[in-house]
Amino acid sequence: MSRAALLLLADGRFPAGGHAHSGGVEAAVAHGAVHDTESLEAFCLGRLHTTGLTMAGLAAAAAAGHDPLLLDDAADARTPVPALRAVARRLGRQMMRAARATFPSEDLELLAAERPRGAHQPLVLGLAARAAGLTALDAAYATAYENVSGPATAAVRLLSLDPLDASGLLARLSPDMDAVATAAARAADRVTTEGVDALPSASSPLLDIIGEQHAAWTVRLFAS
Amino acid sequence: MHLDPPATMPQRHTHSAGPLRADGSRRALRVGLGGPVGSGKTASVAALCRTLRDRWSIAVVTNDIYTREDAEYLLREAVLPPERITAVETGACPHTAIRDDISANLEAVEHLEETLHPLDLVLIESGGDNLTATFSKGLVDVQIFVIDVSSGDDIPRKGGPGITTADLLVVNKTDLAPHVGADLAAMAVDAERQRGDLPVVFTSLTSDDGIREVADWVTAHLSEWRVKAAV
Ligand SMILES: Nc1nc2c(ncn2[C@@H]2O[C@H](COP(=O)(O)OP(=O)(O)O)[C@@H](O)[C@H]2O)c(=O)[nH]1
Ligand SMILES: [Mg+2]
Repeated sequence: MSRAALLLLADGRFPAGGHAHSGGVEAAVAHGAVHDTESLEAFCLGRLHTTGLTMAGLAAAAAAGHDPLLLDDAADARTPVPALRAVARRLGRQMMRAARATFPSEDLELLAAERPRGAHQPLVLGLAARAAGLTALDAAYATAYENVSGPATAAVRLLSLDPLDASGLLARLSPDMDAVATAAARAADRVTTEGVDALPSASSPLLDIIGEQHAAWTVRLFAS
Repeated sequence: MHLDPPATMPQRHTHSAGPLRADGSRRALRVGLGGPVGSGKTASVAALCRTLRDRWSIAVVTNDIYTREDAEYLLREAVLPPERITAVETGACPHTAIRDDISANLEAVEHLEETLHPLDLVLIESGGDNLTATFSKGLVDVQIFVIDVSSGDDIPRKGGPGITTADLLVVNKTDLAPHVGADLAAMAVDAERQRGDLPVVFTSLTSDDGIREVADWVTAHLSEWRVKAAV
């Protein structure tokens, strides 16, 4: 395994379309729920332990080699609102393009052929991690980190926050990312014996609601 | 283990990808239009569509900062039917979407190619940005940089990647030159100094057929593209 490959996969500059998504922050800013570093931290913490944990579990399970089509259904079941399902598949398509070019593998080709309109993004990331020789825990880490670094970057742009405050915030969330990634990888371990029901299914109703609302805005800076 | 991507891979993720689609048919020529806010990119796209749409099958991707504004202008002006115009969100970072992470734009282009096949030409308008914004070669085949005389006649002298390297430099709004005291001859000299043999066109889109020279340039590239795809 190459630890450097993990850095590449987790880098916000990895060209997989994430830069145009705010992870719900644009809508939260509009509602006034996120307005400064403190409220952004609360947002990120909530996102990490709900959506973040669920996505990290899916990524870990895909990296561990579990059937991506089963996981794709499991991801749908864990994503109740249509707008966020569409976003997950769109980001999955974009991750697929980047992953096929960066870490070519048979697994990725098979999933691309089975899901030409895109599979849920965390699975594709998990398969990319697998192709790069990374572990399930690595994939969970990349997903957990992306779950908070994306919104934090978006908030810096939307609220003109001090970027140093945002990076301090991410550093403070490190123990939580450790916990989420570890829990996700442990759950993925149990899929062999217990099936996909072993994977986390935490959700955040408020993120779902504002995600659906945001998709209907006619003027917005971020795609989600 | 290294696996070669299969030959049928439909994605075009490098500029070396040929002019053919996965099914062997010719894909559309992709032309990028970049340049500062308000220089006339949308006006150029609209004029190009009006001039070329009878001869070629055209689609447009816009990358406005406020996403749908440009697309809505093009729709209001009815330069193309709505299914031929797509808006892409750029996350408040228009240059990233055309250069550093082109995924959303590539998706939009590929979707248009799939649904409107056969397509001859895709025009991609960048969100208004600064003078350093250029299109990735992974996204466009040729790019046009649009500036205008009213933002200062020293812009060609200042240079920057857009001005020095774009395949075509358009200096727009020449009708305003007398009003803003812009020296067109000096702009032409500066542009040539920055660009060497690369072409420069002066336009006024408020005059009849003001887009003609740009349209001819695009047509020449389209013809060349079709020849390349035919061999
Ligand atoms: N006087 C004059 N106005 C122009 C010309 N081209 C565009 N405009 C106007 O300049 C403004 C900005 O043009 P637009 O195409 O939206 O710029 P963009 O931000 O680069 O897409 C609009 O009000 C246009 O009508 C031109 O050649 N002459
Ligand atoms: Mg415009």
